[in-house]
Order: sequence, then structure tokens, then C-alpha cells
Amino acid sequence: METNYNPFSLAGKTILVTGASSGLGQATAIACARMGASLVITGRNADRLQETFDQLGDESATQILADLTVKEDLERLLAALPHLDGAVLCAGNSTTLPLQFGSREKFDEMFEVNFFAPIELLRLMYKKKVLNKGASVVLIASIGGTHSFMPGNGVYGASKAALNSVMKYAAREYASRKVRVNSICPGMVDTPLIHRGTITEEQLAEDAKRYPLGRYGHPEDIANGALYLLSDASSWLTGHDLVIDGGFSI
Amino acid sequence: MDIQEFIENFAAQFDDTDEALFTAETKFKELDEWSSLTALSIIAMVDDEYDVIIKGNDITNSDTIQELFNIVVKKHK
Repeated sequence: METNYNPFSLAGKTILVTGASSGLGQATAIACARMGASLVITGRNADRLQETFDQLGDESATQILADLTVKEDLERLLAALPHLDGAVLCAGNSTTLPLQFGSREKFDEMFEVNFFAPIELLRLMYKKKVLNKGASVVLIASIGGTHSFMPGNGVYGASKAALNSVMKYAAREYASRKVRVNSICPGMVDTPLIHRGTITEEQLAEDAKRYPLGRYGHPEDIANGALYLLSDASSWLTGHDLVIDGGFSI
Repeated sequence: MDIQEFIENFAAQFDDTDEALFTAETKFKELDEWSSLTALSIIAMVDDEYDVIIKGNDITNSDTIQELFNIVVKKHK
């Protein structure tokens, strides 16, 4: 029996992770490094990006400080990127806002970060052939907007639904270069994003009980899904929105 | 910042509660119509009208409209 069988290995792959200074991005970057990938990480916060970098345990990894909503930063990032076998676009934000307060300004703010920034990065990585043939792109979307419609999540959910939509178009178009594009739709995951106080800790604890598997997600739950989508184990999977939500949307 | 105006803005987040029930001393979480969505609307209204970010805990820690108003005034400075 072969003992080192591992279809999920990322050895020899170069992978970009955005939003790597926190939450899902940080956990995903660390998981990819542990699976043998060479990492390029980017984020907006220098100190926290360095923290992630230090945990990669990989001297050859690269970190690039960039705010993907800033055109100059995006261009600088693209110019610095090596050829990639994979990318996980985690950078994003959330807001909890009843729709009657969802002004054009609020929608614009949310779409800028959650939709336009990752879609523009994806477009340019493909157009400039930064993505190698056979590369795998993972967009971090949400169950919100496609699988779940909780009051107060409309502005956020709409931005993620738009992301999921373009993901499927990109999967169709980019298949000509065997570039795969999938998304992960997490339920509530315990990251700094959900602890900003609009929802109290007591309300969060109560909400977590509504998950069939009894808890919110850990960042690693999502990172492990990304490993699958990045690896050759998912070679025949594209255009898929992988729901990882403890059973919430059933 | 005017408490009467704040009470009106506060009351506007409700649909079925008699306006006469809203005073500075109203214990708003005891109103039948109160819900987690109302709480989100109050937070969004305070952001919109007063440019002040209050948190879920500010609502939890306030019993009356006056108490919440005091928090908004304090954060406005």
C-alpha cells in the first residue's frame, strides 16, 4: 500500500491568497503552505500580514502590502506577481444593514470591496496570463445572497451573489485555458469580521445554536475547502459554489 | 441634539406601535413590536441621522430611549 498518497497536495504550486492578514485569508494561506505550496500573500495591514507571513514557515514566500480597491496598489500587485497555479480571493468586508438603509452609497462601498476588487484582479490575472494553464481560482463568497436571505444581510448578500454569478461565467470562459473557477459559500465563521459589535456577542452565541452542526465555522473549515478546490483532487470541478455552513442552509 | 427629534426618529422604525407610547422614558425593548431587526434599524438610523456608530451592546445596555439618546450624544462629541 502506498502511504504517501495525497491527491490534495499543493507541492510545486504557487498560490496567491488575498485578505491574508486576517480571518479566512490567514487560515487559508497557512493551510496552503502546510500542503506544500509556495505562497504569495497580500493584505492591507502590514503588522498582521507579517504575522501571517511568520506563520507560513516558508522563507521563499512573498508578502505584498496592497489595498485591492486602490488602482495603483492593484497594478503594483499584478506587476509583482509570479505565474500562479492558484489564487484564493478572500479579501472582503461585511455590513449588517436593513435594506431601507441600503443607500446607493452603502451598496457602492460593499460592492467595491466584495465584488469589483476581486473581479478586477481575476480579470487582469487571466488577461495578463498571470494564471498558468490549469490554474484554480477560488472566490470566497457567502451563503448570503444565494442560499440564505437573513434580514439585515441584503447589501452584503447582493455583493456576494454578484461574485458567485461572475464566478460561473468565468468558469465557462476560462475553461478554454483549463483555468478552473469556483467559490466557497461559508455560513457564519468565527473571524474578526463578525465581532464588530453591531450584533452583540450574546446574539451571536444564540445564532450559532441555529446551525445544525451546533457551532459557527472555524476559519480552518473554510481553508480546507479551499485546499480541495486548489488541488488536483478537484481537477474536474469548475463553476461550483461549495457551501460550507454546518448545515445552516439545508 | 434634540431628544424630541430623536424620539421621533426612533418611533419611525416601528410600524404598528402607537406613537403616543414613545417618550424619553419608554422601555423600548418591552414593546411588543421590538425585534432584532428593529435593533438593526435603530443602529442604521443613528448612523444616518447623527453620523454616530452605536453597537448592539449600546442597545442592550439601554432600557429607555433617553438612555440610548445619552449614549448617542456622548459618542457624537
